[in-house]
Amino acid sequence: MIVKGKAWILGNDVDTDVIIPARYLNISDPQHLAQHCLEDIDQTFATNVAEGDLIIAGRNFGCGSSREHAPLSLKATGISGIVAASFARIFFRNALNIGLPIWECPEMAAEVEAGERVRVNIEKGEFYLLDKGTTFTAQPFPPFMQQLIKEGGLVNYVRSRLKEAN
Amino acid sequence: MGQTMVEKILARGAGKDKVEPGEIINVKIDLCLGNDVTTPVAIREFQRMGAKTVYDPERVVLVPDHFTPNKDIESAKQCQQIRKFVINNNIANYFEVGRMGIEHALLPEKGLVLPGEIVIGADSHTCTYGAMGAFATGVGSTDLAAAMALGEAWFKVPSTLKFIYTGELKRWVGGKDLILFTIGQIGVDGALYRAMEFKGVSIEEMSLDGRLTMANMAIEAGAKCGYMEPDDKTFTYLEGRAVRSFEPVYGDEDAFYEEIYEFEVSDLEPQVAFPHTPSNVWPVSKAKEINIDQVVIGSCTNGRIEDMREAAVILKNQKVHPAVRLLIIPATQEIYARAMKEGLLDIFVEAEAAVSTPTCGPCLGGHMGILAPGEKAIATTNRNFVGRMGHPDSEVYLSNPAVAAASAITGRITHPQEVASP
Repeated sequence: MIVKGKAWILGNDVDTDVIIPARYLNISDPQHLAQHCLEDIDQTFATNVAEGDLIIAGRNFGCGSSREHAPLSLKATGISGIVAASFARIFFRNALNIGLPIWECPEMAAEVEAGERVRVNIEKGEFYLLDKGTTFTAQPFPPFMQQLIKEGGLVNYVRSRLKEAN
Repeated sequence: MGQTMVEKILARGAGKDKVEPGEIINVKIDLCLGNDVTTPVAIREFQRMGAKTVYDPERVVLVPDHFTPNKDIESAKQCQQIRKFVINNNIANYFEVGRMGIEHALLPEKGLVLPGEIVIGADSHTCTYGAMGAFATGVGSTDLAAAMALGEAWFKVPSTLKFIYTGELKRWVGGKDLILFTIGQIGVDGALYRAMEFKGVSIEEMSLDGRLTMANMAIEAGAKCGYMEPDDKTFTYLEGRAVRSFEPVYGDEDAFYEEIYEFEVSDLEPQVAFPHTPSNVWPVSKAKEINIDQVVIGSCTNGRIEDMREAAVILKNQKVHPAVRLLIIPATQEIYARAMKEGLLDIFVEAEAAVSTPTCGPCLGGHMGILAPGEKAIATTNRNFVGRMGHPDSEVYLSNPAVAAASAITGRITHPQEVASP
């Protein structure tokens, strides 16, 4: 799938408390959570984010709490995915498990500017910066994770395992 | 080349003789855990997976501890949903308010997490159980759902970093200070995707409570897990508690470590993490004239009986500063009862502290002590991110219980020796 959108730039060590603060964790509906996504560091994000936009972040994106509400809220905003220099490990797992596209690409994280328009090839992890004419390719996932993504996340994977067992 | 404790535990779980760092494996898990924030999402995913019942009702532990006793109608509904799931699946280890505790203080106390085991929990501080000699790591709700359905989880085998601590710790310095110091040295992603092994004389001499505090905060360095190999202290603690037989696992002498850090800690002062990251760590003497509005002593990091005793030593015959609210939250019912029998609760109440039933409460800005804009707190908790304990313009400093108690008396961040009776 090819998507176009603009870039939102975040720094290093963006934690899951700022992605979705605990005061909203008494409800787990993704659309409800999306209305408050990132509001403690950027009050404009939830209202101005558009379908296909891309988050570009530095190191250790999604550190802290294991709350799956964080990737769920980001996914429900309609973003095409997140490019970061690196991801915190629980967030990384959660994003793969729920089918939120994420890519590690430190070179791109260092290069993109706020509001820049990006064309994304989601399956290939290829990015084209429309204003600069630059191309980036993210590091591919290990084969097991690619399989997990192909099957549509962990829910589908477990569903087929349970069917086999019966 | 030999293997570390974690590599051996994971190899056993995968039914292999050996695993290599970086390898992706599927392991059988010994226990999985959820709380009142993460379990409702896990139940939803469990149903979407088409699962009918949990793989083993003895191996699933559910603890409503974050927003309990229920803070509002929505959180009450989340707990109600968990109770229904518990009944439908005959889950043995469900801990209701009045019998519960903060999950990571409760499970070791109930003998549910044991040396050599593989434990996953839908809570990032699940890494706490590494102090029992287990491989324990935090995951999200969908991973918990998969574990409840299949009794399995996939992992990338982590490489291991070794941290060796030598020297006799000064008075008022403990596990919290060692782990804050370590995170200050390596940064919040200094152990990203890796296992942290804690070793050395200072660890051997440390109580299990102190070790649990250290392993608890491994996640704050980005680690997959943090652990101490089990020893006589571990086994003594588990006598009369362990619910199953267990097989301890030890690393080989010639195991490979990606890096080895050695810290001589005999001169270490109590440490304080300044806002807004757990790696912004300074000795307490560098905290000059930082006035505080609230103090929290509790949490899965420092709500255990030794933490209560440490706070009581400082608070005995003292009064909390008039401008400060001191909240003390024993982490489990057992700790609460012991603190009561030892007279610690009397000391707290006479000092004009508010003592609460076990809850994660203020640690994550849930309830029971939320901060207003501009307010500052010092807490024995584990995170000081923007907005962690309330308003995004509030601030949290992290410390050990003695520093927190001393600060409650003076109204500013204080070295315990300033107020302790000689």
